Order: sequence, then structure tokens, then C-alpha cells
Amino acid sequence: MTQSVFAPWNDPGAKPLIQFKNVTKRFGEFVAIDDLTIDIFEQEFYALLGPSGCGKTTLMRMLAGFETPTEGTILLDGQNIAPVPPNKRAVNMMFQSYALFPHLSIWDNIAFGLKREGLAKDVIGDRVQEMLRLTRLEKFARRKPHQISGGQRQRVALARSLAKAPKLLLLDEPLGALDKKLRQETQFELMDIQEKTGTTFVIVTHDQEEAMTVASRVAVMDHGKIIQVATPADIYEQPNSVYVADFIGDVNIIEGKAEPQGGKVSIAWAEGQPNVTGTPSSEITKGQTVHFAIRPEKVTISATKPEDATNAIQGKILDIAYLGNVSTYHVELPNGVVIKSQTANNRRLSRRSFTWEDDVWLSWTDTAGILLER
Amino acid sequence: MRRISLILVPYLWLLALFLVPFLIVLKISLSDTALAIPPYTPTLDLSGWETFRAFVGALDMENFVWLTEDDLYWKAYLSSLKIALISTFFTLLIGFPIAYGMAQAREDWRPTLLMLVILPFWTSFLIRVYSWMGILSQEGYLNQLLLSFGLIDEPLIILNTPVAVYIGIVYTYLPFMVLPVYSALEKLDGSLLEAAEDLGCSRTSAFWLVTVPLSKSGIIAGSFLVFIPTLGEFVIPSLLGGSRTLMIGKVLWEEFFNNRDWPVASAVAIILLLILVIPIILFQRNEQKQREAEG
Ligand SMILES: Nc1ncnc2c1ncn2[C@@H]1O[C@H](COP(=O)(O)OP(=O)(O)OP(=O)(O)O)[C@@H](O)[C@H]1O
Ligand SMILES: [Mg+2]
Repeated sequence: MTQSVFAPWNDPGAKPLIQFKNVTKRFGEFVAIDDLTIDIFEQEFYALLGPSGCGKTTLMRMLAGFETPTEGTILLDGQNIAPVPPNKRAVNMMFQSYALFPHLSIWDNIAFGLKREGLAKDVIGDRVQEMLRLTRLEKFARRKPHQISGGQRQRVALARSLAKAPKLLLLDEPLGALDKKLRQETQFELMDIQEKTGTTFVIVTHDQEEAMTVASRVAVMDHGKIIQVATPADIYEQPNSVYVADFIGDVNIIEGKAEPQGGKVSIAWAEGQPNVTGTPSSEITKGQTVHFAIRPEKVTISATKPEDATNAIQGKILDIAYLGNVSTYHVELPNGVVIKSQTANNRRLSRRSFTWEDDVWLSWTDTAGILLER
Repeated sequence: MRRISLILVPYLWLLALFLVPFLIVLKISLSDTALAIPPYTPTLDLSGWETFRAFVGALDMENFVWLTEDDLYWKAYLSSLKIALISTFFTLLIGFPIAYGMAQAREDWRPTLLMLVILPFWTSFLIRVYSWMGILSQEGYLNQLLLSFGLIDEPLIILNTPVAVYIGIVYTYLPFMVLPVYSALEKLDGSLLEAAEDLGCSRTSAFWLVTVPLSKSGIIAGSFLVFIPTLGEFVIPSLLGGSRTLMIGKVLWEEFFNNRDWPVASAVAIILLLILVIPIILFQRNEQKQREAEG
């Protein structure tokens, strides 16, 4: 993968394309963006993830020029962009609400930005055709926005923002209204475009799978703050907080008191239960409250106690969620805590080995989970 | 059955309030003047087939021929058309910025502003036109104001000129322009202007490429609402325009009340109606198109 090679954020000499420096944005009393500092590098595919209302759109609107930071500065190529009006920025934005021009046909919507550049007619025509093909909208070119479906409208908005091939492209939930298949295809198209043109993408998405697929780095936000920025693999495997672990994917959290033992930490989490052992990433003091986070797919389920596992606990199957390719077992421990375990269904359903009320053993290696302080 | 009766109501309404009066006027326009009450002949007599035949035989196109012979009439039609067009243009020129300002104003201010636009309707139209006489006359407030500022040395003659008619019409019909334009502008989604700017438009070009096209239906509706009644306008030109302003509405009034020539007056009215049918149809079509676009 190119992703392992492309990592300018690890290179101290690399110059970021965009720099947010202690940016705060207030709407009256309300703080939408709270002292935010991030770097986005050229040719990145930067995904913003976070709950509704956490400030993702606001951040993008500041980049596009529709909001000015209350405090702090935003640098593009080292230049403060505050005085540059939106129409003079080499930035295009795909609006969350699409903002298609209702009086113009699909074709004219896509051509709108190109026409403003004063390009030759046939150049515009070719470019629009290319965008229509890319977003599979050829058949609808002559229609007006109110004559097409929601998903088609979303693709028009995407095509319109892509048409000018800007240096920086801001996509606010670009694929939310598309069906899964079309969404995946479009994701790959986007990655393809990004590879070909070297455009920098900032993308907002509510779909973590999408963020994991397309992004070079994922930023998890909450209440106007950035909680963690890391590569998809790191954010999944090395979340820096329970918030991030919980936000990205499914996770079991076991809370308890820490007892450092050599290089390991033993966690007392329930009376009468064997301690859970984990490997700490930072200094842990004795008696400190810690959270042990482990992904369901890293929890092995078995009928008998495994011999070699460091961590093994017994429980009863409460529920089974069959998801086709995987099954998730909800296992209740004697103290009432429910742990999820996920296994791949590489065998047919009829030969499933466990059923409701079965007593089972859950186990994992001591590097499978991660110790979090908060 | 229910459906039919539902459709029937508006048609009966039209029949009673439009078609029947129209037929009466049409009939009068085909009659001759007479010193009688009513002042025309023949009168409709349905007592027998023969009398009806005689009645129809007495009708003729004489009055319409007369309209083409005296150049007063077509000059008055043309002059009305010109005044209506120019007034509509100025109403738009003044009304659009007002509507735009209202649509841009803070949301909690808008109902108040809307009230202010409608407020003049609370006073009689006649009183408001009369008060313009007080403002525009040679000793009027406007001249006094300009004289006291030393902007002019002699009072301007505005009253009883076409200028006064334009002022009166624009003033009177301004709300009819402001309201539809405002309602179109108010619906305009602000993110469309942002999108236009994002794609490289300046504020001005975003205005011409997005705001104006999207308020087009409001502009058209407002223009017709001003143009159609202005064309037949009679009170404003007769009160403010003096004898020099020629408008067909005034001619009609004079034929009717001064000359007591009902047949010619009716012919004038019929032609005026025919002229108005075209813009009314266009107006209807605009409304329908807009409804389709929204629905
Ligand atoms: N113009 C504004 N005036 C007041 N508050 C605003 C304004 N714009 C945004 N906000 C507030 O700022 C916060 C962040 O809004 P933003 O649109 O950035 O959220 P978001 O992360 O994009 O959410 P979503 O995922 O739902 O799109 C919200 O609580 C919102 O109510
Ligand atoms: Mg948003």
C-alpha cells in the first residue's frame, strides 16, 4: 500500500498545506470550534469524524471562507487565508445540503464553476462530460435538480465540486445518500482522482468504514475539539481514549483498578473474577482507574477453557447477532457485565457451534487489548 | 357528482361576475346612442322571435369603426401602454431593492417591515392620491423643501404633468411589486449564494446569476400586477396628470360620464380588455409554471 510510504506527518521537515493554529470559533456564546490546532498535508485524504454538532461543517466553512475564526489563524501554504474571499480561494466545497442551483440543469450546475474561469466552450463541455461519466449522471444532464433522486442530487453536488479540480477539496458527507455498492465505487473513484490529481481532500463522514477505507488520516472530534488524529489503522488499534475507541468500531470496555506487575498491568475489575492483564503504553500508578478496551473480533469464544491464553473468563451466551459474514456473541459474565465476541462465519449456519444459554469461555492474548487512562 | 359541483362553483362565479357583465358591455358596444334611459338603442327584447331578430339586426360595428377613425383613441391606447410600461419598470427599479432589503433583514424584523409595506392600504386610495397633489403642487411641500434648501430658485412644475402620473402610479402600486418579489427572495436558500461564491463568483455576479434568476417568477408576477391595472388606470392620471396626460382609462370615463356615449365607451372598454387578455394569460402561465417548479 502507498499509505505506509505516504506519511508526511511523521516527517519533521514536511510543510503542511493547511495549518489551524489555536483556532476558536464562537457563535455568540456558543463555542463551535475550541482552540483547535491541526496540520493537513498536501495530497492527504483527511477524514473528519465526530458526532452531530461537533463542529465538522464549521471547520470546513472556515476553510472555504464562509466563516472567519473568532481567534487564531488558518494558514494555507503558509499564508493567512483570513483576508482571502471565498471566490479567490483554490478551494471547493461540496455542501452538506448540496446547494444545487434549482434554475439550472444538471449540466449547467456542473459547468457553473468552469464557466466562471472563462474556459473555452469545448474545454468546459469535455470536462462536464467527464464529471457526468464519473458520477454516472450522463442520462440526467438535461434535467433540473428537482427532477432527480436524492442520491443523484448528491452525485451532482460531488461532480460540481470536483469539476474545477481545486487544490483543496472539502467534501461534507459526500456519499451519505448513496447505496452501499455505489458508495464503495465512488470511494474508489475519489481515491483514484486523488492519486491522479494530487488534490488534497478533507472529508466529513458519519460512516467509519468509509473513513477507514479512504483516509490517510482520521481526525476524531468532539465538542469542537480534536481528540485524536492518526492513520486509520492506528486510530483503530491505538485509540488514545475510551471516547475514540468507542466511536470507531465496536469495543468492549472493562473498567478497573490498576496493579502494575513488572512490564504488565493487572486490572482488578470485579470481585471473584480473575484479573485482566494488559500492556500499558504509559506510566500507570497503582490503584489508578484504568479502562481496558478490546475489540470483539479479538475475543475468542470457546466451549472449554483454553490452555495457553493469559486472559480467560467464563460466561453465558445472552444473545447472538448473525450478520452474515460475522456473528457477534453477547456473553454475560457472572457479575452482569456483557462482553461481545465476534467470529467470522466461515462455516455454514447449520453447523454453528454455540447457541443461547450455552456456557462458554472468552479469552484473549495480553496484547490484544489496550489500556486507556481516560 | 361532488367533483362536478366543486368545479361548478368557480365557473358560476366567473359566469356571474365576468361573463355576464362582459356580454352586457359587448352588447352595448354594438348599439347606437340614444336620448333615452338607458342611453342606447336597441334594448334587448325577448318577447318573440321576430323582435329578437330585429334586435340583432340593429346591432353593428359602427362604434369600433369610429375608434379607428378618430386618432384620439389609438393615441390614448398607445400612451397608456407607454405609461404602464415605464411605470412598471420604475416600480421594479424601486421595489426590488426594497424587497431585497426586507429579505436580508433580521428574521424578527421581517413581519414589521411587511406590515409597513401594507400599511398604506389602511387609508383610502383617493385620500393618498389627493395628498400627493398637496406634495407636488407649485406651493406644495416638495417645492417648499427644495426652495428652503436652496436647491432650486423657482418652484418646479410637477403636478399636472406626466411626471406626477408616474410618481402617483409607482407610489400606489409599489406594494404589488414588493410583495411577490419579497416572497420569492425570502425563499432563496443562502447556501446557493455561498455555493456560487465557492465556485468563483463575485458577490455581484452571484447576484445576477443566482438571486435574479431565482426571483424571476416574483419579478414577473409583480410586473403584471402593476402593469395590468395601470393600463386601465383612471383616477391617478385624472387627479395628478391634468389635461395633458392622455390615458385610455380617462378617455373611457369622459365618454361615459361627460359625453354620455355608452356605446363608444363600451367599445373602448372591450378593446382595452382584448389588449389586457394577452398579459393576463402570460401572468397565469407564469403562476402555473412556478407552481409546477415548486410542486
Ligand atoms: N451560524 C450559526 N449560529 C449559531 N450556531 C451555529 C451556527 N452554525 C453552527 N452552529 C452550531 O455549531 C455547532 C457545530 O455545527 P456544525 O454544523 O459544524 O456541526 P457538524 O459537526 O457539521 O454536525 P453534523 O454532523 O450534524 O453536520 C452546532 O452545535 C451548531 O448548532
Ligand atoms: Mg455538518
